[in-house]
Amino acid sequence: MAVSRRGLMATAAALPFLMRAEDALAQGIQPKRGGTLASIVNPEPPILHVGINNQAPTLIVGGKIFQGLLRYDPQLKPMPELAKSWEISPDGLEYTFHLQENVKFHDGKPMTADDVVFSIMKFHMEVSPRARGVFARIKDGVAVNPTTAKFVLSEPFEPFILMFDNTVSAIVPKHLFDGQDYRQAPAVQKPIGTGPFKFAEWQRGNFIRLERFEEYWKPGQPYLDAIIYRVVPDSQSRRLALESGQVQLTQSNDIEPFDVPQMRARPNLEVKTTGWEYMGPLMWMDFNHRVKPLDDVRVRRAMTMAVNRDFIAQRLWFGIGKPATGPFHSATRFYDASAKAPAYNVEAAKKLLDEAGLKPNAQGVRFTIKHLSLPYGEVFTRLGEFLRQSFRQVGVDLQLESVDVGTWSQRTANWEFDTTINYLYQYGDPTLGVERSYVSTNIKKILFSNVAGYENPKVDELFKQARDAADPKVRQQAFSEVQKILVEDVPLLWLMEMSFPTIYDKKLNNVITSGSGVHASFDDVFMA
Amino acid sequence: MRGFWRNFCRNRGAVVGLVILLLVIATAIAAPWLYPGSPWDMAGMPFAPPGEMGMMLGTDSLGRDVAAGIAHGARVSLLVGAVSTVVALVIGIGLGAIAGYLGGLADDLVMRFTEFFQTIPSFVLAILLVAIFTPTIGSIVFAIAVVSWPPVARVVRAEFLSLRSREFVQASEVLGKSRISIVFGDILPNALSPIVVLSSLMVASAILLESALSFLGLGDPNMMSWGFLIGSGRSVIRMAWWMSVFPGIAIFLTVLSLNLVGEGLSDALNPRLARNRGGKA
Repeated sequence: MAVSRRGLMATAAALPFLMRAEDALAQGIQPKRGGTLASIVNPEPPILHVGINNQAPTLIVGGKIFQGLLRYDPQLKPMPELAKSWEISPDGLEYTFHLQENVKFHDGKPMTADDVVFSIMKFHMEVSPRARGVFARIKDGVAVNPTTAKFVLSEPFEPFILMFDNTVSAIVPKHLFDGQDYRQAPAVQKPIGTGPFKFAEWQRGNFIRLERFEEYWKPGQPYLDAIIYRVVPDSQSRRLALESGQVQLTQSNDIEPFDVPQMRARPNLEVKTTGWEYMGPLMWMDFNHRVKPLDDVRVRRAMTMAVNRDFIAQRLWFGIGKPATGPFHSATRFYDASAKAPAYNVEAAKKLLDEAGLKPNAQGVRFTIKHLSLPYGEVFTRLGEFLRQSFRQVGVDLQLESVDVGTWSQRTANWEFDTTINYLYQYGDPTLGVERSYVSTNIKKILFSNVAGYENPKVDELFKQARDAADPKVRQQAFSEVQKILVEDVPLLWLMEMSFPTIYDKKLNNVITSGSGVHASFDDVFMA
Repeated sequence: MRGFWRNFCRNRGAVVGLVILLLVIATAIAAPWLYPGSPWDMAGMPFAPPGEMGMMLGTDSLGRDVAAGIAHGARVSLLVGAVSTVVALVIGIGLGAIAGYLGGLADDLVMRFTEFFQTIPSFVLAILLVAIFTPTIGSIVFAIAVVSWPPVARVVRAEFLSLRSREFVQASEVLGKSRISIVFGDILPNALSPIVVLSSLMVASAILLESALSFLGLGDPNMMSWGFLIGSGRSVIRMAWWMSVFPGIAIFLTVLSLNLVGEGLSDALNPRLARNRGGKA
């Protein structure tokens, strides 16, 4: 018995090496052609055009049909996609992209620099609010020759290079859109891109089928014959479909966090939580700074100390997320690990509230605030209950209000809350995805703006410095300083760096190869 | 009164039901002493099975004691059941009495109004009302009352129709008593027995309705009720069966006991009917 156990331990110890050897093998393995991948999409996307609709389901399915100029690795370094190389002028104003040759759209027409310039300068400027904010800085965009596109900025903008993924600025065919209403053009309903898979069939409420594009520009690729996305609205049915092998891949919110531990235990399934670095979703609790006593920094710090963030990541999300340390997601560029929000410490929290002059009454309650629960399902309900108990132990009474999604959006956008939960994508760069939640110029009655109403001229100034600087070193300095100020001020209670489980059959290879995971084109995915 | 008890006790099921019901009520009253503190407090490790870590019925996904939840939940469930029944009775008796006593056009109007409510599926209407008024204990009681008064109105109307032509009512009318005093002094006391029986069943269905609403996440988020316990345990049932099974048993026993008591009351209040059914013991 003792011997066998020792043997077992030896195997366990050797396992990491075996895994690494296997990984290496997998990379050297000759990819195999053929096979149909069945996956799930939930909820069903309204359309498949990634430019017109930017919601996650559209991006996941449409990401196979459309490609951008670049893609990004998990460290957010740009990698070639439709652009095989690129140059940035030393003053940070000129971006030149050299395109791959022999790229064809699904209708057989070649893709040229004209399509690239049209997509960036006209199409996305018109249809995508997020791209518009950045591309408005382009002074001039020209097709130098059929395989070279050049963009000149009016002022340096360092995160510009992060805007060319297929989720932000997919390349669309000029000949199918030019001169038409982009949102009404026939090519919206029948999407035509350059991706490895072309749109084949869509039975509404049932499935979407994508087929291999024979004239794809990478020779021999893609390896799969087809991808089928089934529409399965019920979470337990999705889990069953994965367990029974009817589908080989689930992503995003398909599998509930509480089901993930059982999926991890299945020998034929791989569970990964990487592939969200480019999105970098960070979850927090908004304090409404217009509500007393939440305007008092001591109160906000005390409430931050009252919450055990590890518990949230480990027990509520079953280890799928990571406890947040501050305003930046740790995968976002310019993240400074030395800036940390106040740690979990109940006694210190009580002391701080005493200092703030908030004494507990006979019931042990110092003050009462209302918490608008985020209606995104069960885990978020549990989170509300957990926060209420956490705050109760330092004498803060949190009253939960449950509302539907529409009411939540409306009340959050109109500042009609004391506290609420939200999570925002950071898109790799703080200027693109962090700044909007903290600068006073973005205090607007719009969802995903600075709805908390935090104002600090120093913070405004630093974000502006970082935005305008061309030199990453200058930006790092400004961002490090801003992180230090924010973790002192705790304008928001940062809770968790979110991630979403990608679960797939171990037969599948190369599912997650970039910082945007399952949104990638899948031209290298194969079944062993 | 002695006769009433003798008749009630003749139905053994009713006695069992009464005992269970009293136990549930006792638990509800004793909850703050049995389990001091809030049932929302995290008392132990999450997902502790029953019997471990000193948790008689285990803990839930946040480490909250399921037994404490059931004890405190009994208060909410019983309270909602009782209050919403009282509200429904007030509406139902009021409208039923008007329809049955006045007759004619008033009867027609009230009955069409009642039928209007009866044609709408009650649970769907309850969900709608709670969703519109945001889930709080008040809106839940209101919604349950709104969907459960029509049967009361119909029963009361039928009783009033038959009673108002009896001699003792005619005598009161000849004596010059006011309509109000006839309704409340003469007719209503004689119509009480079916109402009492009906209301015990209504408490049971109100508890079920509240549980169903909480199960769907439409419960008061600040109140621990049995339906909430089951709803929060549903998704992890393969991992932690105890989270939904024990509150389910609590609901089952309480609703069963209320039905048994209702039957016993019916026997006790209509002894002749009970004996005609073969003197069911």
